[in-house]
Amino acid sequence: MYYLYIITGLAVLISFIVSREKTLKAVKIAAKRFVYILPAFLIMLILVSIVLFLVPEEVISNYLGSSNKFIGVLFASFFGSITLMPGFIAFPLCGILLNKGVAYTVLAAFTTTLMMVGVLTYPVEKRYFGVKVTIIRNAISLFIALIVAVMIGIFFGEIF
Amino acid sequence: MKRNRIITILTISSYVMFLIVSWIFGFSPGIEIANNFRSFSIEMLKILPCAFILIGLFEAWVKKETVERHFGEESGIRGYIWGILLAGTTVGGLYVAFPVAYSLYSKGAKLSVIFTYLGASAICRIPMAIFEASFLGIKFTAIRLLVSLPLVIVASILLGNYLTKRNYKIIEGK
Repeated sequence: MYYLYIITGLAVLISFIVSREKTLKAVKIAAKRFVYILPAFLIMLILVSIVLFLVPEEVISNYLGSSNKFIGVLFASFFGSITLMPGFIAFPLCGILLNKGVAYTVLAAFTTTLMMVGVLTYPVEKRYFGVKVTIIRNAISLFIALIVAVMIGIFFGEIF
Repeated sequence: MKRNRIITILTISSYVMFLIVSWIFGFSPGIEIANNFRSFSIEMLKILPCAFILIGLFEAWVKKETVERHFGEESGIRGYIWGILLAGTTVGGLYVAFPVAYSLYSKGAKLSVIFTYLGASAICRIPMAIFEASFLGIKFTAIRLLVSLPLVIVASILLGNYLTKRNYKIIEGK
């Protein structure tokens, strides 16, 4: 995380040395862009806070551990799509599930949908791309995630 | 647009009311939701200001022609490579990638490259991939990337071409 602050700080400093005007303009653009998307971000945070309450980690663990892989993948892609969690929560959770014996196929469906399919980021995505493109992109992403799950299953010898 | 704004304001204010009432009466689900909101907001506030400052600097300094040359209609295969490399260094997740994608688009990047960037920033951010590999194994991460990345590129090209034909425009940010 720290490298982000270092890079941003350096960039601002260099920009300021080269041209004060352009740096000021950059800050103005940054503020304008941020204000434009802020309401959508707030709605997203509200949705995240409610969904995380309704679907805590324990619930996800229970459903992913289903003995039937097919059902496991369905639940995994459902939970992966409707939730949003940072990597430092998601991957340790996957590590625990793996030790519990959850199939790689199921974990692949979960992580890939978590990364690519964003039901909760819908307000933000819609604000830039519109409803139609947002839905198409997410549908394609869900499809790709399922293919990834199947391929992981084949390579890890869990399917066939 | 105006109706949307009213809905947004209503949603946010009723949410805040709910949290305040929960806090006064010690309603535990409401308190838990407030904690979720706080921790996620903090997570995002660690990233968003930097992300938007970098976006601002990018828009102030980088010329439209430069972006067009590397990410635009004439960029060919290089556009996708740049898109993926940029995605690899993106922090946070899709919610950071959307405003970046919008800036690239407004500077003349083509749609298929934009969608490749979005998809790639979901699946192949480098710090995340390393973290993933340490919990699920390198084999898992490698297969996941090798399968998903080509699919993302192909899907982006198809979607980009389809939308370009239909004269689709990404909404103008005010």
